[in-house]
Amino acid sequence: MGFNGTSPLLDQRGELRPEDFGAIRELSMNPIGDRIISAFFSPGKETVDFASFVRILAHFHPTETSRSRDGVQPEPANSRTRKLKFAFQLYDQDRDGKISREELLQVLRTMLEMQVTEEQLQSIAERAIQEADLDQDDAISFDEFRKSLEKVDIDHKMSIRFLS
Amino acid sequence: MEMGAKEKNQQLHKPYSNGIIAKESPSSLQQELQELRGSASCPRSEPEFEMADIFYFCRRGVESILDDEVTKRFSAQELESWNLLTRSNYNFRHISLRLTVLWGLGVLIRYGILLPLRVTLAITGISLLVVLTTLVGFLPNREFYLSEKVHLMCFRICVRALTAIITYHNRENKPKNGGICVSNHTTPIDVIILANDGCYSMVGQVHGGLMGMMQRAMVKSSPHIWFERSEVKDRHLVAKRLSDHVADKTKQPILIFPEGTCINNTSVMMFKKGSFEIACTVYPVAIKYDPRFGDAFWNSSKFGLVNYLLRMMSSWAIVCSVWYLPPMNREEGEDAMQFANRVKAAIAAQGGLVDLIWDGGLKRAKVKDAFKEEQQKLYSKVLVGEQDEGEQNS
Repeated sequence: MGFNGTSPLLDQRGELRPEDFGAIRELSMNPIGDRIISAFFSPGKETVDFASFVRILAHFHPTETSRSRDGVQPEPANSRTRKLKFAFQLYDQDRDGKISREELLQVLRTMLEMQVTEEQLQSIAERAIQEADLDQDDAISFDEFRKSLEKVDIDHKMSIRFLS
Repeated sequence: MEMGAKEKNQQLHKPYSNGIIAKESPSSLQQELQELRGSASCPRSEPEFEMADIFYFCRRGVESILDDEVTKRFSAQELESWNLLTRSNYNFRHISLRLTVLWGLGVLIRYGILLPLRVTLAITGISLLVVLTTLVGFLPNREFYLSEKVHLMCFRICVRALTAIITYHNRENKPKNGGICVSNHTTPIDVIILANDGCYSMVGQVHGGLMGMMQRAMVKSSPHIWFERSEVKDRHLVAKRLSDHVADKTKQPILIFPEGTCINNTSVMMFKKGSFEIACTVYPVAIKYDPRFGDAFWNSSKFGLVNYLLRMMSSWAIVCSVWYLPPMNREEGEDAMQFANRVKAAIAAQGGLVDLIWDGGLKRAKVKDAFKEEQQKLYSKVLVGEQDEGEQNS
């Protein structure tokens, strides 16, 4: 696409609005398309400028494995933790740091819509919370989220490689 | 079904897609989710929801934002090297004085010499068409021989007017009477390019103005099929008229563009099945333009027709290749949609175009919810479908 190129999303104002994303056909097919779009916009803001757009996309850069860092540099956007955080925020829409049962149900509803009954949704959500919720507060915090995904190859699944 | 079709067609992607990101080799939703689960925890007896599932949708979504297969088909193709036409120059950077001078020279030649010549030819061609076809129409029995000659001559003049350099391949497969000729659609000029080599009956809506006058003249000497605006909605009427035409073996083959809209010549989009429901032989034709001399794609949302024609006539030339493919018939047990897809695949393979399942109508319309539901269905099968089997067995 190319924000500044000749893509159909080219916007003379130099910033994007949610409806501009709506013009992407493949995105409309994605069950969580709307959530991904709202991940680009800071809470309360209706537009995203080029710099912020790139910052969000930077989360999907493949992680570089061998890099000698002196520990003083700020954590890069594409680190494993930041990728996890991005995914966490897709669940945690009110940004309170926890995925409540209701938020989990909402995600399941958008991903499955008419294909399962309400009871099935509830039982899936129940099981998921039971497994991940270690401190039994009926919600999944970021650490519990991270722990449950320890063995997942995040870098591979959440990275997009650009062709040179 | 759509997913399956899309996966089969994905193999054609790699050589031709000029995308900017490396899309993973096509693995289905099921496969990817299994991978996510496999690495997350030990295998269980029944698959369940995993928090990691969201990664799959998330990545696919962002990939779509970066580079989606559909939207880029509706704007002109980008060239690797510049061809001295400003319109092809997307990222303008001043490179050198010499290049600017060359470009300036090019402008002079194109607008000063080529354009006036071509416009004259075009006007001559169109007027001759109108006058001569009307004259032939007065002759008894609609002299087929004469009308063919007239049509061919006028279209040849029009082709010269555009400086279209056309290479026809496999002319032994040229469409014959009583058949339907289908082709991929890039521009209204496709019609002229095909009519340059053979006589076809055209199908279209009745227009007003200059187009309307040409249509009325042409139909006097040759059986073209023009529909009133109201008739277009009535699919049965359309099908009936087309069937009647092909049933008459003395009539020329019908020319149809099943995509329904202009695509930018890098891909072939969904064929509307209407023309494939008629029982007759289909003659597929693939048209591929060489974008280096002039981009033929008509972006109707950006330019009107007159503007477009002027741009065409002020390009260097229109270079294209036309392949006549062997005739195809609907096979036993194949429905119209499958037949349409088979023809589409053949055209895409010959022309070196990407074969997409997406509907060209998306140029103006939004994606139907059915596609989203398809994704949801697939996902729910992974989660819940197997559980049902488990319950039945226990």
